[in-house]
Amino acid sequence: MNNWGHIKTITQRELQAYFSSPVAYVFIVIFLLLNGFFTFMVGGFFERGEAALAPSFFLWHPWFYLFLVPAVGMRLWADERRVGTLELLLTLPIAPWEAIVGKFIASWLFLGLALLLTFPVVMTVNYLGSPDNGVIFAAYVGSWLMAGAYLAVSCITSAITRSQVVSFIISVVACLFLILAGYPPVINLLPNLSPHWQWVMDVVTSFSVITHFEGFQKGVLDSRDIIFFLSVIGFSLFTTSVILRTHRTN
Amino acid sequence: MINVSNLTKTFGSKRAVDGVSFTVGRGEVLGFLGPNGAGKSTTMRMITGFIPPTGGRISVGGFDMADQPIPAKRLIGYLPENAPAYTDMTVYGFLNFAAAMRGLRGAAKAAALRRAVDLCFLESVLHQNVDTLSKGYRHRTCFAQSIIHDPEVLILDEPTDGLDPNQKHEIRQLIRQMGEKKAIIFSTHILEEVDAVCTRAIIIDRGTIVANGTPQELRQKSELAGAVTVRVKGLGAGELSSRLQQVSGVGRVTVLESGPGGVTLRVLAKGGGANGALAPAIGEALKGCSLEQLRTEEGRLDEVFRGITLPDTGKEAKA
Repeated sequence: MNNWGHIKTITQRELQAYFSSPVAYVFIVIFLLLNGFFTFMVGGFFERGEAALAPSFFLWHPWFYLFLVPAVGMRLWADERRVGTLELLLTLPIAPWEAIVGKFIASWLFLGLALLLTFPVVMTVNYLGSPDNGVIFAAYVGSWLMAGAYLAVSCITSAITRSQVVSFIISVVACLFLILAGYPPVINLLPNLSPHWQWVMDVVTSFSVITHFEGFQKGVLDSRDIIFFLSVIGFSLFTTSVILRTHRTN
Repeated sequence: MINVSNLTKTFGSKRAVDGVSFTVGRGEVLGFLGPNGAGKSTTMRMITGFIPPTGGRISVGGFDMADQPIPAKRLIGYLPENAPAYTDMTVYGFLNFAAAMRGLRGAAKAAALRRAVDLCFLESVLHQNVDTLSKGYRHRTCFAQSIIHDPEVLILDEPTDGLDPNQKHEIRQLIRQMGEKKAIIFSTHILEEVDAVCTRAIIIDRGTIVANGTPQELRQKSELAGAVTVRVKGLGAGELSSRLQQVSGVGRVTVLESGPGGVTLRVLAKGGGANGALAPAIGEALKGCSLEQLRTEEGRLDEVFRGITLPDTGKEAKA
C-alpha cells in the first residue's frame, strides 16, 4: 500500500473515533453556539448594518480556537500513549510521519466540518444584503488555515505528555502566544525600541496569527500568509515526530 | 527468520538489555523467561521496531530493522504487553483497521477477518465496543490483531497474562499450532507454559541471556535433575540413609518425610548431573525392603529459574 493509502486509513479511523463518542457533537454545538452568540449579540451584526462577516464573525475566531482547538488536539497523541496503542500504531509497516499526518488531517477535517456548519451566517448576510462572497470565502480559508496552525501546535503538546489536561493547558498557552504576538494592546506594552532593534519587534509580530489572519478577512489570499500558516503546520508536525522518536529512544 | 545480534539498550545510565544475541527459525517457538524488569519487553519492543536499539542489529526475514523497517515490520505480528486496543472502536472496526493497515483489501480482508475472529473466538463480541469488553476478550482482540495478516513472525508479550485457565489453554494451543509454520517469540512468567508450548527457552536476567536451550536441557541444569526419590516401608530413616550412602555415585541423601507409614528420601547424585544409573543401583541396594516408590526426577524449571536468576534484592550480583 502506498503512503496515501496508509494516511487515508488512519484518517478514516480517527474520524470514526471522533464521531463514535459524544465529544464531537458537543464540540460542534459549543462552537456554533459561541459563533452565534458572539456574532449577533457581542459583535453587533445587525446594528452594524454592514453586509460583511469580517467585523462581527471572523473577528472572534482566533479567540474561539484558542480554547476549542487544543480541546480537539489534546487527545491525539496523549491518549495514544496512555492507552498504549502507540505501540501498535508504530509497529505497523508504516512510516511514523504517515501516522502523524493521518491523525492531523482527521482533526483538521473535523475542524473544517465545524467551520462549514456555520453556513447559516453566510446565508443570513446574503439574505439581508449583498456581501462580497469572495471576501467571505477567503476569510473561511484563512480561518481554517489558522485552525490548522493551532491544531499542529496542539499535536506537539499532545505528544509531550500522557495527560490530556496538561496537553490542553500547554497548548492554550502556546496558542495564546501566537495570538498576543500581534495583539495591539500587548505590542504597545513593549518599550519603544530604537530603530536598531526594530527587527526584534518585527520577528515577534510576524508570528502573530492575528496579523496573518487580517489579510484573509479583507479578502486577500496573500501567499505569505498562506505560507506562514502552512509552515507553522509543517514545523509543528515535524517537531511532533522528533518528540515521538525521542520518547521511544529514552 | 529472526536474527538478533549483540542487542543493547541503555536508558540513561541503566543497561536494560546488554549484549543479547539469538536466532529463531521457522517452526520454532521461543519462550522468553525472566524476572520482572529483566529486559524481556524491551527486547521485544526492539525486535518489533518500536524502540531503536542503542547497539546491535536485528534482522527479520532478512530485512534489517534499522535500514529496512517497513518490509521487516510487514512480516511481524505483535501483541504488546497489556494488549492495548483502540477503546473507541468496535472489535470489528478495530480488526478491520488493522487489516487495512496491513494492506488487505476486499475479499482477502474479509477472509482474514473471519479467520482471526474464528481463531480467537470473538464472534460473540464482534460489534461490541472495545472498552466494554472483559479483560480476556480485550486480550484476544489484540491477539487477533496480531495474527490478522497471517504473519511469518509473531512476537507476543505475555499473551496469557490475565486470562482464566480455559482461555490460557486456548491461547497456548493456538501458539503451539501456529508455531509449526511460523517463528514465534513469546514472553511469560508461567513456567509450565514453557513446557506446554516452547521448542526452546531463553532465560534473561538483568539484560543478559543466562540460559538458552530446550525445556529439557534447561531442566537438566536443575540440582534435582537425575535425583532419585525413594519411598520405603519398614526401615528407619537413619538406617536407610546410611545404606544408601554406600551406593556408589550417591552424593547427598535427605529425608523428605518420615513416619509410621514409611520413609521418603531424596538421593542426589554425586557431583550433580543426570544419568539414569542411580535408580537401578539404589533398587539393587534396597533389595528385600518393601520399596513403594522409586523415581528419577527430571528436574524442575522453577528451580532452574530461581537458581540462575538473581532475586532483586537491590544488592550487586554475586560472583
